[in-house]
Amino acid sequence: MVFLIQQTMLYAIPLMLVALAGVCAERSGVINLALEGIMIFGAFMGVVFCRGFIDAGWQTEQGLLMMIIVMFLVGICGAIFSLLLAFSAINLRADQTIGGTALNLLAPALVLFFIYMIAQQNTLGLSKGGAASWFMIRPSTFGLPKDYSWGPFIDLFINKVYPATYVCILVFILVSIFLYKTRTGLRMRSCGENPQAADSLGINVFKMRYLGVCLSGFLAGMGGFTYSMTTANCTSTGEVAGYGFLALAVMIFGNWTPLNIALGSLLFGLFKCIAAIYATLDINGDGVYMLSQLGISPYVYRMLPYVITLIVLAFTSKNSRVPKAEGIPYDKSTR
Amino acid sequence: MQRLDSKTGKAKWYRKDGLTTVISSILSILIGLAVGTLIIIAVGLSKDTISTNGIIEGIKLVFLGVFSTGRDGGVLTFGFNPVNFGNMLFRATPLIMTGLSVAVAFKTGLFNIGAAGQYLMGTMGTLSVGLTLAWKGCPAWLVWIAALLVGMLLGGLWGAIPGLFKAYLNINEVITCIMTNWIAANLVTWWFEAHDVFKNSAEGGKVGYIIPLKNVGVSTPKWGMEALFPGSQANGGFWVACLIAVIMWVIMTKTTLGYELKACGSNRHAAKYAGINDRKNIVLSMVIAGALASAGGCLYYLSGNTEFFWSTYMTLPADGFNGIPVALLAANHPIGVIFAGIFMSMLNVAGLQLKYLTAYNEYIADIIIATIVYLSAFAMFFKLMIKGRRKANEDGKNVNAETVEEGGKA
Repeated sequence: MVFLIQQTMLYAIPLMLVALAGVCAERSGVINLALEGIMIFGAFMGVVFCRGFIDAGWQTEQGLLMMIIVMFLVGICGAIFSLLLAFSAINLRADQTIGGTALNLLAPALVLFFIYMIAQQNTLGLSKGGAASWFMIRPSTFGLPKDYSWGPFIDLFINKVYPATYVCILVFILVSIFLYKTRTGLRMRSCGENPQAADSLGINVFKMRYLGVCLSGFLAGMGGFTYSMTTANCTSTGEVAGYGFLALAVMIFGNWTPLNIALGSLLFGLFKCIAAIYATLDINGDGVYMLSQLGISPYVYRMLPYVITLIVLAFTSKNSRVPKAEGIPYDKSTR
Repeated sequence: MQRLDSKTGKAKWYRKDGLTTVISSILSILIGLAVGTLIIIAVGLSKDTISTNGIIEGIKLVFLGVFSTGRDGGVLTFGFNPVNFGNMLFRATPLIMTGLSVAVAFKTGLFNIGAAGQYLMGTMGTLSVGLTLAWKGCPAWLVWIAALLVGMLLGGLWGAIPGLFKAYLNINEVITCIMTNWIAANLVTWWFEAHDVFKNSAEGGKVGYIIPLKNVGVSTPKWGMEALFPGSQANGGFWVACLIAVIMWVIMTKTTLGYELKACGSNRHAAKYAGINDRKNIVLSMVIAGALASAGGCLYYLSGNTEFFWSTYMTLPADGFNGIPVALLAANHPIGVIFAGIFMSMLNVAGLQLKYLTAYNEYIADIIIATIVYLSAFAMFFKLMIKGRRKANEDGKNVNAETVEEGGKA
């Protein structure tokens, strides 16, 4: 059970980060279809930074500090990359879906180009050790023997857990507070609902939308690095297996509100997790692999999040909370 | 709202819409190539292993890759290379079809980002039906036609899903297209995983691939391509794609159906007011788009010697997404799509030449393509620049509907 929950978190955490990234942009009125691209870019930059730190002589004992620093740096890279989308969507009033698609095409191309230039192959990994040896909290982190156990409950939180989980929970809280309890958050949301009205009250719509997209880029970049760290053993291959699009699905499923998104990403993370490990999953520890005996193909589990999102969309289309001005470039003269 | 010449009373030739569209496309291409060149120079300068000569060779190949004939005594040689040209046309075939798919949807005001999923569904239909019928002993020409039609039907049905969601529930087709893409990717993998008969187990080293159709004697006829481009993969599929593009042009410009589709794209509510069934047309447009995109997959795999990697649940085919730049470059004109498709595939060929002949790799072509898409997102900006207009009040809003509106506004 502990294993299942921890595995689910592994998949759910990057999803949650990136879905929250999507909310930041969409609430300010810009469709961020580029989540996938920003993730790919973030994953690549994360690996590059980690390699840099390792080459500079950092040791595994400093791994957790390194992770925090790299997450922050990668966030900044993601924000800079997302400026491309912001510029075309906000300043030039271009079609946001096309701009996002362009970034989705650009990121893997750029990343693969540089991976080949650096490594002469299509994978860029850490130069020393794996992700687990650098970034995982384990008994040895506290100077205890390798197979030490605190009992199932405490193990759940600190044994073989990536600290990215806690960063993500912090991000979730901060984003919720930002969106609903701060003045800037309120202003940003108003730009996603009715930018004309917001502008008439003296809010700078362009600035707010830039803020939304950059925040989104920051979180999506972090999410990309988290993905590469937790599920790809800190390698970058120019793809994130459709996580960015799955995060979009989570965002829609969660009706553009942080709490629902957190729950949605746990649900979708569970599906992902089951699809990945269903053949060896022993839920209650009696030695019977129940799910594999059910005989359901793993592709059904992989498909389910998208199917569920479609169904949810179909049934909630009448009272969907989609930001009203989403996808419409702001033009002062159409007030 | 165009400035007119004071003498002739007509728009000046360089301000005509068609021409400015072409110019802004060419401008996008040039800037894209410039970005590629800059990256080549920057990377070349930062790496000690690449000499100045290496940089120059890289730039030469980006622009003239399709004319490359390899190396002769360490120096790059250029000339007519039938293999490169033939492969360019071969690779252009699916791009033309997905480009057409995106273009037709654009004309109806829909952004078909689901071409990748439709392409996969078409591939699944074609390969399954083609192999099954061939094993049953049907003549090869019949198998070919049946496989193409079933593939297109499947793709059309797959395209209908976002269409129905858009028409009846008013849900943004971009979202549903993305969902159907990934559902298709899993569905196709599931289908082929469950049906071992289609897997190529006879040839070692081909693990994970579906049996190519040439093994059962089905492949697209060459129709003169082998004489023009000996040694290449080019086949009659290219002519089929061109024919379909012409048919689409006729449908879009000369028939009531095309007019209704475009009317829905310009203004759904006005079209409804004029007595056009807007819902039917939206669904129909997505069905056509789906069938076209899947035809890309069908033609590509019907060529016989291409092999399909069936475990595709993690990745979507690039051709599906590259239909978007093709359509954008062609400004959604069906005939323009042919040339845009060839251009895109020319970039791909140039990328491969870079990989084989220099220290650079093929992804530079993808960077150039992505830059072109990014630039076409603000094609409006270029057009305004060319036309010398400063105000963007009327048509600065929506690139989707822009080409449809042009007729009325100019």
